[in-house]
Amino acid sequence: MKKEIIAAGFGGQGVLSMGKILAYAGLMDDLEVTWMPSYGPEQRGGTANVTVVLSDTPISSPVLDAFDTAVILNQQSLDKFESKVKPGGVLIYDPYGIHRKPTREDITIVPVEAMEAAIEMKNAKTYNMIILGALLKVNPVVDIESVMKGLKKALPERHHHLLPLNREAILRGMELVKTAPQV
Amino acid sequence: MKPEDIKRPENKVYSKPELLNDNPMHYCPGCSHGVVHKLVAEVIKEMGVENDTIAVAPVGCAVFAYKYIDVDWIEAAHGRAPAVATAAKRLNPERLVFTYQGDGDLAAIGTAETIHAANRGENIAIIFINNAIYGMTGGQMAPTTLEGQKTATTPYGRRIDLNGYPLKISDLLAQLEGTCYVTRQTVHTPASVRKAKAAIRKAFENSMAGKGTSIVEVVSTCNSGWKMSPEKANEWMVENMVPFYPLGDLKNE
Amino acid sequence: MKEEITLMKGNEAIAHAAVRYGVDGYFGYPITPQSEVLETLEALMPWETTGMTVLQAESEVASINMVYGGAATGKAVMTSSSSPGISLMQEGMSYIAASELPALVVNVMRGGPGLGTIHPSQSDYFQATKGGGHGDYHYIVLAPATVQEMADFVGLGFDLAFKYRTPALLLADGVVGQMMEKVVLPPQRPRRTEKEIRKQCPWAASGDSRGRKPNIITSLELDSAQMEKNNERFQQTYHLIEQNEVRYQEYYTDDCEYLFVAFGSIARICLKAIEDARAAGLKIGLLRPITLWPFPYGRISELAEKMKGILVVELNAGQMIEDVRLAVEGRVPVKHYGRMGGIVPNPGEILEAFNSYILKK
Repeated sequence: MKKEIIAAGFGGQGVLSMGKILAYAGLMDDLEVTWMPSYGPEQRGGTANVTVVLSDTPISSPVLDAFDTAVILNQQSLDKFESKVKPGGVLIYDPYGIHRKPTREDITIVPVEAMEAAIEMKNAKTYNMIILGALLKVNPVVDIESVMKGLKKALPERHHHLLPLNREAILRGMELVKTAPQV
Repeated sequence: MKPEDIKRPENKVYSKPELLNDNPMHYCPGCSHGVVHKLVAEVIKEMGVENDTIAVAPVGCAVFAYKYIDVDWIEAAHGRAPAVATAAKRLNPERLVFTYQGDGDLAAIGTAETIHAANRGENIAIIFINNAIYGMTGGQMAPTTLEGQKTATTPYGRRIDLNGYPLKISDLLAQLEGTCYVTRQTVHTPASVRKAKAAIRKAFENSMAGKGTSIVEVVSTCNSGWKMSPEKANEWMVENMVPFYPLGDLKNE
Repeated sequence: MKEEITLMKGNEAIAHAAVRYGVDGYFGYPITPQSEVLETLEALMPWETTGMTVLQAESEVASINMVYGGAATGKAVMTSSSSPGISLMQEGMSYIAASELPALVVNVMRGGPGLGTIHPSQSDYFQATKGGGHGDYHYIVLAPATVQEMADFVGLGFDLAFKYRTPALLLADGVVGQMMEKVVLPPQRPRRTEKEIRKQCPWAASGDSRGRKPNIITSLELDSAQMEKNNERFQQTYHLIEQNEVRYQEYYTDDCEYLFVAFGSIARICLKAIEDARAAGLKIGLLRPITLWPFPYGRISELAEKMKGILVVELNAGQMIEDVRLAVEGRVPVKHYGRMGGIVPNPGEILEAFNSYILKK
């Protein structure tokens, strides 16, 4: 098993930390993991992306040209990464703020209304966990319990009271994916 | 009376400091460095820390200071002695750590290291020889060169419009919270030598006591660079340097 | 005791490994993409546990001279920076080598020249392996490709530095500094005692001169005959290191017809490209130098015998290729594929370059 995932969006949307939690979950499941972020000033408002590889065999490259799954949260990232999804792969995106929708027919495209759901949950910080829930539904590469363990490890202790809210958000994200087949 | 009777220990009124070895010094006759070296060697011995001292030598005339005083030495890159001393002291806090620097080393190329070491309050002593000229490289302008003073690179005298003002670095250092003792001394008379020695002792004691950064500026002569006899250089210093760089404690906490 | 496996960035791994090795002091100045080294050390507060000193200096110039001062007293001291900061350190690095002091410098390279970019690069290869500062000297240069090696090479760097009484340089890049991977941290070692330091470093200007003559650490020697002798001594050390410390890793070299040579993170991207190429029947192997100085000239020379072509892949305009060509001595075509300015090529681009430069397709 090897999953090559990219998550991309605006800085501040939480793509890097979502990737980090995914990587921690992989660690909990005894998988090999790499987490390679874009870094620098773009973290603070520009576009940010992170490549996460989860594998049961050693991982060679942390830098890739094609991905099994792309999680796309803004238009620039869609324009940049739609073509990088492997044929047969999955593109998960939030239609919020997207004016040119993905067009490829050789991949599975999963819209997730995560921004709306986050507004419903009255907590913008749940946004990336809703997205993660959707990703896990489509791509159950790690167990949700491993994600919770990963979250516990990734979050500083003073934020541990937020764990139940994060779990709720992940479950909400899973619910949002109704139509897509598991890949 | 025979010579042997005179040379008895109880008749001895002066001797070379034990830590000052017999290597012939490279300093010019009349230079202030020799006197300050002697004071440093005496103070270390009198404090009984000759086996607990890390000294840091500069680039400049005192680059070979390590050849003359028998303690552990580190020869620093030009201007970096306070950075070298910072690490030496932090990693060996029980030692006496001091730098011995000239005006070019301390107040030109090494200004950043000087100010920041002092501002952090590193528990080091800085012996600062200010002779208003670059002695080692042949008498060029120093940051402390006085207005109108002739040097190899200000052959018609230092001009403020071209070269800026002489830098009163000790006044600046005295403003910093990290310094505990900043003083300006000379070594041109027996009385001033005694006062300078007391200042060096105080600075070294501060280092051992962890009180912060101490700076002992010694307003000095460079008779070779100034192109004067030693005697004339002392007179010139008193007439020109001392009014601009007034003597005494700038800070003593 | 169970191995402690954790997930962290390469830069963080360096900080943890430094504390666990029993390093005495770290002196550094923030610069992207390696600031996490200092940040992690400040967060770990090792002065409370091992007694390690951590200090944010006023500049890279001050940092390296603090390293010089600390190393001169026999302590295990290090700094880290990225390319422009390492350029500022070159004078101090020359002094450290010339004073025969063990120390560790980490360069998490970013794209240059000048202020350049904050993104990954390997364009400091020449600076790292050919001297960088003034005078005839070398640092032992270790090139990590994984977060695990970022941690491991801190210890290896110090071990080699103290063994040969010469400084080591950990030459990483923004990819391996910023990425997170699983890492097994070394067990915590105590810092050496004063007595142990005295035994290991009888040359040190530790200040404790009881029972010995004063120690003087200096790189100055105005007597040219003596200075030449000093240089000859340095060269003897370097010769020993060249004989004993060449390190590299090979992949698929038992049956390969073509060879990639790459170091650091880009070697891993090459490996992925090779995996893809092998699936299509192309027999490519990889040699990854781990020590860039001393360089594995001998092994590359042996491998060249049976190769049809060699591609050197670097994040620069062509630096290590000069050493590969020296090893190959013109027997096989040696081509270069490099990206500059912080661009990291992906495996597909590397294979395209292979097709075009080596297979001439």
